[in-house]
Amino acid sequence: MNEATATSHGDTPMIEMTGLNKWYGDFHVLRDIDLTVKRGERIVVCGPSGSGKSTLIRCINHLETHQQGEIVVNGVPMTQDVKRIEQIRRNVGMVFQHFNLFPHLSVLENCCLSQTWVQKKPRAEAHKTAMEYLERVQIADQAYKYPGQLSGGQQQRVAIARALCMRPEVMLFDEPTSALDPEMIKEVLDVMVELAREGMTMLCVTHEMGFAKTVADRVIFMDQGQIIEEAPPETFFNNPRSERTKLFLSQILGH
Amino acid sequence: MAGESMRDVMIEARRPPNAHRGVVKWLQRNLFNGPINSVVSVITIGVLLWALWPFVQWALIQADWLGDSRQACSGEGACWVFISARFESIIYGFYPEAARWRVDIVFALMAGLLAWLAIPRIPGKRWAAIIAVVGFPIAAYVLLLGGHFGLMHVSTRNWGGLMLTLTVATIGIVGSLPIGIVLALGRRSNMPLVRAVSVVFIEFWRGVPLITVLFMASVMLPLFVPTEVEFDKLLRALVGIMLFWSAYMAEVIRGGLQAIPSGQDEAGKALGLGYWHRMGLIVLPQALKLVIPGIVNTFIALFKDTSLVLIIGLFDLLAIIRAGLTDSDWLGFATEGYVFAALVFWVFCFSMSRYSQYIEKRLQTGHTN
Repeated sequence: MNEATATSHGDTPMIEMTGLNKWYGDFHVLRDIDLTVKRGERIVVCGPSGSGKSTLIRCINHLETHQQGEIVVNGVPMTQDVKRIEQIRRNVGMVFQHFNLFPHLSVLENCCLSQTWVQKKPRAEAHKTAMEYLERVQIADQAYKYPGQLSGGQQQRVAIARALCMRPEVMLFDEPTSALDPEMIKEVLDVMVELAREGMTMLCVTHEMGFAKTVADRVIFMDQGQIIEEAPPETFFNNPRSERTKLFLSQILGH
Repeated sequence: MAGESMRDVMIEARRPPNAHRGVVKWLQRNLFNGPINSVVSVITIGVLLWALWPFVQWALIQADWLGDSRQACSGEGACWVFISARFESIIYGFYPEAARWRVDIVFALMAGLLAWLAIPRIPGKRWAAIIAVVGFPIAAYVLLLGGHFGLMHVSTRNWGGLMLTLTVATIGIVGSLPIGIVLALGRRSNMPLVRAVSVVFIEFWRGVPLITVLFMASVMLPLFVPTEVEFDKLLRALVGIMLFWSAYMAEVIRGGLQAIPSGQDEAGKALGLGYWHRMGLIVLPQALKLVIPGIVNTFIALFKDTSLVLIIGLFDLLAIIRAGLTDSDWLGFATEGYVFAALVFWVFCFSMSRYSQYIEKRLQTGHTN
């Protein structure tokens, strides 16, 4: 563990995946994935449904196990060791499609939970951090409400604040706006754009191509468990190389 | 940085038209709003009166309440003198009279603790919980059994009546819930051995009638353990009841665990929380809340089934009343005895039921998951 944390700064990539393969039973979801995410880099992952893009980012914090290949997060190689996995998760924030806020806890308690139990912070300090991040996603006035009393957009902003409270070094977004009503997508994207501007390393599975154009350093296109194309947004949208990418782009941008 | 949500702009709502109030209005709207409804209402009320009136007359109007011997019974209605004459033994069983104050203290402590825990306005729940879990059992054990601090030893053979029923029910309830939680988690564990042990345990205890468990506990257990080790009969029954009901509890709780979306556990994992934190802070609070009706249902069944201990010769509330029926001074008062036993069981079970409904409402946080 010590040799692992010692290298956590400097030029080591934030995330490094080599030769990653994963199966669900006989179904080959991820094939030979090689991906390196540098510190401060913003990456958008897109592709048709079932292409393995969510599975890919869920492997990074071990919500999914892979059968072959290696993942190194912030210099820490992923193993089956629970302590090691939890160490990695502390550095990796995640935002889910369905928010996954804890409905029995208030907004503030949602944000304080892991600070209190994982980071063992005193109550007052956890509160302060939580309010700070709730302020940043402009929802501090709802701190004492329960998730069930908030709109989808508000819940997703709370979920982002909750992840940020752990002061992660990288944020994973798994289709953060797919479950939202159209009028709420913008308030969540605004928060994400702001976060990108502040230099957060981000890996974002999304169909919001406008977001990809604005903030992404690289866009990754996946299909059938493979990375088909990997390019800066201008190249990706204007001169896609593969036929699959062209077809995909024509389908999502065509209307 | 986040844009204003549409929800932030509120249009003031108009109030609904005034609802009709008052008893007469209510009757009109609900029971007599039309000819068919009125006929149905009249018939229902008639049937209820016809069915219940004789019982009310027997149990209340023509009943004999005062006196201290059989002579006080007129024979027209119920003779509750039977109950009042035997009241002490119904409460304490064969507990020696000189030491009954110890039982009273335990009853008072229990009532006080329950009120402290159950009424939200009283502060210091953490202390109440600690006292209830640690202090109370020790105090109850020392007081009831005696043999320490100059208190006379009272063997569990002399325990009986309501005191025994409450002892068995309380220990059964308090023991079966945590064991049930552990078994439910075990049955959903990723570790094959833990899962297998939990499944076998649950299926074994669920597949055996409680009477069999009690017989086995009282008759068979002594065959397997050396004669020098003498287990208390009550203790054996308690262990049997606890394990039997923990299997049911486990299945109720497993139902709750399954209803919690996997996203909750994943969110906990993503925040770096370990297994016990995720279960204790995220999954179980939601799962247990969801199955409060099932848990209380199990508590109620457990409470009522404590009366089965009479088949292994323990004198619980029902058994002590039955014993009273054989008293030659009081032959022929079986109905009064059983009605009273039913009433006592009903009061306890109904209280649990109402309290669980109250708790369910209180824990409602407008859950959308």
